Amino acid sequence: MRHILAKSLAPTDGIREYMAAQEKKSLLRFLTCGSVDDGKSTLIGRLLSDTKQIFEDQLAALERDSRKHGTTGDDVDFALLVDGLEAEREQGITIDVAYRFFATPKRKFIVADTPGHEQYTRNMATGASTADLAIVLIDARQGVLRQTRRHSIIASLLGIRHIVLAVNKIDLVGFDQAVFDRIVEDYRQFSHELGFQTIVPIPMSARYGDNVTSRSDKTAWYSGPSLIEHLETVSVDDAAVELPFRFPVQYVNRPNLDFRGFAGTIASGQVAQGDEVVVAKSGKASRVKRIVAHGGDLAQAVAGQAITLVLDDEVEVSRGNLLVSPAARPQVADQFAANIVWFDEAALLPGRSYILRTETDQTSATVTDLKYRVNVNDFAREAAKSLDMNEVGICNISTRAPIAFDTFADNRTTGAFILIDRITNATVGAGMILHTLRRAENIHWQSLDVGKRGRSDLKGQRPAVFWFTGLSGSGKSTIANLLEKKLFASGRHTYILDGDNVRHGLNRDLGFTDADRVENIRRVAEVAKLMADAGLIVIVSFISPFSAERRMARELMADGEFVEVFVDTPFEECARRDPKGLYARALNGEIKNFTGVDSPYEAPEKPEIHLKTLGKTAEEMVEALEHWLNERDIAEDQYEAGGGI
Amino acid sequence: MNIALTHLQRLEAESIHIFREVAASFSKPVMLYSVGKDSSVLMHLAMKAFYPAKPPFPFLHVDTTWKFREMIAFRDQMAQRLGFDLLVHVNEDGVRDGINPFDHGSNTHTHVMKTVALRQALDKYGFDAAFGGARRDEEKSRAKERIFSFRNAQHVWDPKNQRPEMWKIFNTRIAPGESIRVFPLSNWTELDIWQYILQENIPIVPLYFAKERPVVERDGMLILKDDDRMALRPGETVENRLVRFRTLGCYPLTGAIESDADTLEAIVGEMLTARTSERQGRLIDRDEAGSMEKKKREGYF
Repeated sequence: MRHILAKSLAPTDGIREYMAAQEKKSLLRFLTCGSVDDGKSTLIGRLLSDTKQIFEDQLAALERDSRKHGTTGDDVDFALLVDGLEAEREQGITIDVAYRFFATPKRKFIVADTPGHEQYTRNMATGASTADLAIVLIDARQGVLRQTRRHSIIASLLGIRHIVLAVNKIDLVGFDQAVFDRIVEDYRQFSHELGFQTIVPIPMSARYGDNVTSRSDKTAWYSGPSLIEHLETVSVDDAAVELPFRFPVQYVNRPNLDFRGFAGTIASGQVAQGDEVVVAKSGKASRVKRIVAHGGDLAQAVAGQAITLVLDDEVEVSRGNLLVSPAARPQVADQFAANIVWFDEAALLPGRSYILRTETDQTSATVTDLKYRVNVNDFAREAAKSLDMNEVGICNISTRAPIAFDTFADNRTTGAFILIDRITNATVGAGMILHTLRRAENIHWQSLDVGKRGRSDLKGQRPAVFWFTGLSGSGKSTIANLLEKKLFASGRHTYILDGDNVRHGLNRDLGFTDADRVENIRRVAEVAKLMADAGLIVIVSFISPFSAERRMARELMADGEFVEVFVDTPFEECARRDPKGLYARALNGEIKNFTGVDSPYEAPEKPEIHLKTLGKTAEEMVEALEHWLNERDIAEDQYEAGGGI
Repeated sequence: MNIALTHLQRLEAESIHIFREVAASFSKPVMLYSVGKDSSVLMHLAMKAFYPAKPPFPFLHVDTTWKFREMIAFRDQMAQRLGFDLLVHVNEDGVRDGINPFDHGSNTHTHVMKTVALRQALDKYGFDAAFGGARRDEEKSRAKERIFSFRNAQHVWDPKNQRPEMWKIFNTRIAPGESIRVFPLSNWTELDIWQYILQENIPIVPLYFAKERPVVERDGMLILKDDDRMALRPGETVENRLVRFRTLGCYPLTGAIESDADTLEAIVGEMLTARTSERQGRLIDRDEAGSMEKKKREGYF
């Protein structure tokens, strides 16, 4: 009778015993990776099937799907069990990571089945970031491939120390030991500098189950464990408890005036009531008064537990800070070196500002120096100006505010971060911190007695940065020039930073690639900031084609100081005017990377001032700018005089 | 001291971490409360995550008007007992048009009364993050979904282009109008849920326990005749049978199983020898291949 799930077999007290036994089982998180068509999904299907994790209705659906989409003839296509997206079943490939769950009498497992195609490397990295062990599959007929190497490098970078080398489809090479030995030797040669603690090679046929759950009699020459035997017994002891105490503050819980708790998950080490702790960023010390948990306070807690700490005194702590052991403190710095895995189609560009996020902290960051890219085939360190999608490199990173961290080698939780694109909010990269840069330790802010306010008051003005952006030939320089003349005539202190002029000096070393354009703008923005700090009204006249850099410039300046001026002249009109003869040459292909021709211009979405130049004179437009400046000054004076708007 | 955390302690900590991350990063989160066992666990975890405070977000129930009566009674009772802020949303357009699972089929009914209703509610209140109780072991498109799952301003999921999700570092950044669905129970299995309910003594709707109930056999499923809106087809009879539910949804779309498991221990015992998946009792998953993914792309939880 199909409505019957099963007869209740066990007596009630048996269930309690069973559950107690379940609770003692350890958990192993692993992933399957390797090149396309090496049989990753098939292996997981086999594992689920052989460990009796597939229900009857799922098996029936699988048989139906196999007839429709299957790639294994009349046999059940186990890959269809994990390729859960319609696009995956239609194309017969794995696009994104699937998480599956199974258990044996000895252990519980969470397995991430990750895609082999290079274009989906980011999804493989997603699966690897939470895994303790990687099964690297190799098609016995193909041997070690480029993707085998790429996935092994990424697994190593992400801190995985245990590898199972599954030499799959061994049935298709006649269960030949020589083939197996050669592949194992190749892999060991290649991976010896990846720092893996264990590499266990297993000859396997995922499709037919050889050496998956039990040892196959077709590989009599193989004396090692079956895959399941190994997964059940491999020791991947989580050493986080042994490390120094680290508590990233995630959420400040303050339901009323009498309670102020710091909620978070212990990243490493342990804590007990009465322990001394230090606030990482300020160095202030306090003591743990209570470890609050639903159902009663705890005397102590260990790595992995999500708790709420109440401290003895009112020290300043907010989200993003760490509470740490006073004896072993983390680094606090704004410059460090890191391994980066890049995920986005738009390349990583040194100088571009990204959002850097650690488990609980967030700040903006730029790559100040891309030291080299790692060639995934031979580990060669190659000079590079940018990192493309799926590439790995070592970078120096500078953050706007200092963050508290450990090196990734010391701590997988406090040594990791992601990078987020400021415009699209996409997760564009993952980082593993290598070390603090010594220059950050030695350079401190010098505090100066004369400030920006004093300098600008002396000039009788308020600083501003007019940032002109627009196509070449749109009229930026003409308008900027006239604006400066008018301001100068009215007794204001000004300076024009002109794109062409700055390229003759400060930025003489830069060309017109995307990476150089980003650096060009970064330098000019920093110079404009210094000039605004000196009290000047700065007029920046640069094509500045990318919104990310304009936003970076905006965030450098004080509130209300940055005025984005979009000089909006249609491309056709600019090309018609062509004051420098550049469009003609670019359209002929004589100039490369010309904005609007073969390099993009991202128009501002919300500029402070939008100048549509067609049919207007320069005078009319400058009036609009002056008007804006006067209005701002009046508003700010009123605000200061009246204490409100 | 060297305490190894148990499997359930690890899952619990992970879920609590996720709850707090949302509370710290979003301006207007909401918890989707569907009254089932997963929602009960989710609610219990939310209470733990913010203790001694109450969860800093409301609970939203999208009521299709076809839920079991016992579910509605249980929902109201829990809201009163725990003192959380309960919002109930019904798609009034659907009610006006008389949309129901008998005449319009499970597909149309679910789309109008659940998916569209949910989108209406999210837009009405302007929620930027919504917790759901979905688990990756439930269904194979769910096995592919991130814990923090991005939705564009039209509430659409793009499964082919999900954000990478590294470690426990969640990208919570969104533009105005966009939102994130958050699944704190992603890594729990059905068995974990039951073991946790047993361990923590979490209240659940009595429909999960075996009892004599009036059921009709229809389309290979046992449907509980919960009210008079269900008309019998020729040849159908109402029989009292000892049944329980493994999963709860709209009563005309949810099949009962014959069982004598009337305690949590007995339910766990039954689970251990189960030969079919829990979603087998859900008519909506069987409409067509890949039907869950399709519904999810349109905004279903």
